[in-house]
Amino acid sequence: MSEQNKQTRGRHGHGAPEKAGRFGRQGGEDGPALVFALAGNQNSGKTTLFNQLTGARQHVGNFPGVTVDQKVGSIRGLRNVQVVDLPGIYSIRPFSAEERLTRDFILTQRPDALINIVDATNIERNLYLTLQLLELRIPTVLALNMMDELHKNGGSVDVAEMSRQLGIPVVPISASRGEGIQELIAQAQRVARERQLPERLDFCGPGPVHRCIHAVSHVIEDHAEQHRIPSRFAATKLIEGEPALARQLGLDDNELELIEHSVVEMEHDSGMERNEALADMRYAFIQGLRAAAVKKGDESRERRRSVAIDRVLTGKYTAIPIFLAVMLLIFWLTFNVIGAKLADWLAMGIDWLAAVVDGALTSFQMNPVVHSLIIDGVFAGVGSVLSFLPLIVVLFFFLSVLEDTGYMARIAFVMDKALRRIGLSGRSIVPMLLGFGCTVPAILATRTLSSRRDRHMTILLTPFMSCSAKIPIYALFAAAFFGGNSALVMLVLYALGIVLGVVTALVFKRTAFRGQSTPFIMELPNYRFPSAKSVAILLWEKARDFVQRAFTVIFLATLVIWFLQTFDTRFNPVADSSTSLLAGLGRLMTPLFAPLGFRDWRLTTSLISGLTAKEAVVSSLGVLMQVNMADLPRALQAMFTPLSAASYLVFVLLYTPCVASIAAMKKELESGWWTLAAVIGQCLLAWLAAWAVYVLGGLIL
Amino acid sequence: MTLDQLPLGREAVITRIGGVGPLRLRLLDMGLIPRTALTVHKTAPMGDPIEITLRGYSLTLRLEDARSVEVAPQ
Repeated sequence: MSEQNKQTRGRHGHGAPEKAGRFGRQGGEDGPALVFALAGNQNSGKTTLFNQLTGARQHVGNFPGVTVDQKVGSIRGLRNVQVVDLPGIYSIRPFSAEERLTRDFILTQRPDALINIVDATNIERNLYLTLQLLELRIPTVLALNMMDELHKNGGSVDVAEMSRQLGIPVVPISASRGEGIQELIAQAQRVARERQLPERLDFCGPGPVHRCIHAVSHVIEDHAEQHRIPSRFAATKLIEGEPALARQLGLDDNELELIEHSVVEMEHDSGMERNEALADMRYAFIQGLRAAAVKKGDESRERRRSVAIDRVLTGKYTAIPIFLAVMLLIFWLTFNVIGAKLADWLAMGIDWLAAVVDGALTSFQMNPVVHSLIIDGVFAGVGSVLSFLPLIVVLFFFLSVLEDTGYMARIAFVMDKALRRIGLSGRSIVPMLLGFGCTVPAILATRTLSSRRDRHMTILLTPFMSCSAKIPIYALFAAAFFGGNSALVMLVLYALGIVLGVVTALVFKRTAFRGQSTPFIMELPNYRFPSAKSVAILLWEKARDFVQRAFTVIFLATLVIWFLQTFDTRFNPVADSSTSLLAGLGRLMTPLFAPLGFRDWRLTTSLISGLTAKEAVVSSLGVLMQVNMADLPRALQAMFTPLSAASYLVFVLLYTPCVASIAAMKKELESGWWTLAAVIGQCLLAWLAAWAVYVLGGLIL
Repeated sequence: MTLDQLPLGREAVITRIGGVGPLRLRLLDMGLIPRTALTVHKTAPMGDPIEITLRGYSLTLRLEDARSVEVAPQ
């Protein structure tokens, strides 16, 4: 963990009230500490710029009063200047979590400077956010990105004129090439140190909107000042209609009436509804600025290229086959070629190390319990979890390429209609499909969803997609009970998982996730070549995160299982696995599973050990029954009827995948309670479904 | 005419933005305001959503939401 992270966490933990709103700021050899916030539209190159500014020195910081952890990094060469990466947004309204987070962060943390990144090739819509950010009265620098692209297509920007009209410094940059970054940092430091506020406040020409904004500002000025909310920002938000803000400011009925009166007058005079009038005011200013300062080039090469690529990738007959082919290729490469190879090598490395340590411990005549702790606990536990790592890294490599090129947005466009029926949008298809490979990266991949609601719903639905680690279990049972017809068994189970996932989604849509759906109005960015640096940083981050968790949460969980396997109730090491605590726990829980048709404690025990990783189910069955793998099907036949075997498989299909997936879920749901509820829900549903199979099957047969 | 009925490739100008709540605000924020020119560029393979171009960029929205946008073909 980096030094800043400790500081931030520590500050947060002590929660000194007078310091709430500030974090980790101390002077250093580079002058007083500064905090910059980076804000901009999606697809404006914000992440690329963040990576350029900070390099790989990033961590997740949490800030008092703000709910979501944001990425923070210190600027390269300036240890005490930190940059916070705010989510990509188009406007500052209180509807989506991302927009709320941005405004809460800026209003409560008061960063020393705001870096607003603007895509020069899409200047109109990008500046719309800029005008709203300027209302927040923070020293601001505008980073005009993708200038290389604009120039290449014969366009140009009169930077001085733009800067004059907006009242803030404008720095042309190319984030992907690293051009203009030093100048940007210098300007941001300068406005921060000199506390240079944006010079311009009024973007409305004379007229009804102007009169209204000024009238409202006048009414609320004192309240806003008292609550440390910029009065211009408060005025426009009140005109747009935010009752929560009116309450926060403590406006009385008289004042509210005055405001409403001004707004109605504006609506009458301008002939536009209030929100429309403000949007129109901003876009009118932007069009004026564009006419004065921006020379648009020819239709850009990038745009023409995108249209040509889209003829195939979103074409009527080609889109879906290509999407499926791309997904299959990613699966094949990840699970069969690259990922599997890397996983094998890693496993070989761990096995080799375990063997060396094992030999050393034996020759040292180490106490057998400690010996078992190191070999069966640490190496087996961490080893089994680390074997996920190559899969995760390889999957995320492909995912970030899909995302950064712009193809992910097309997938959402193509698949939206199908996903909408279950209350999701097209973007959820990728994490859900990844769930068929491995639930852990699938859950982590929900990060790419822009709405929090869709993200949470997708996380809860992903485990219904049967992960590849369950295949050996299906194959074993198919061999034992269903005439080796594993393809058919798997098909039925996969279909059952999908059907139950859809049903659950429909239930969610009508209950927990009702009516909060954000509209699916999404930009389709031009296709771009992904930046190797951004991809590399993302992979490094995911790998580091996962290894960190492998050695903390997951490691602890595997140690607990090891402990249960190794000791009996009197804490003596067991010679026979049937006397272990785990077996005792299995016996204790066996009555719970009796209604599902399996009454043997070894089966319950195998399900518990399956929580470490689904691969452990088959191996622990073998150990508990004391037979080798070849004889296992026959041993199982003595314990199951085909019907109870089906019920067992349904339970395996649906119950909580593994500790790694629980850890991933906790990270992405950002809530321990939600995670606990999800785990209980999964086990409950698994039980009910298995029970239904057993009972209904019994009636039919 | 509403945007969901506008033929592919035909240029039109927005005359009114309907809809309520987040949908309406989202449309306005993305630059769909009266007097803005746009064209429908493409329909998704399953017939919905559509891709439109306006203000020099591409945007996708569902037919259901496009019904809230009134346009006048040019």
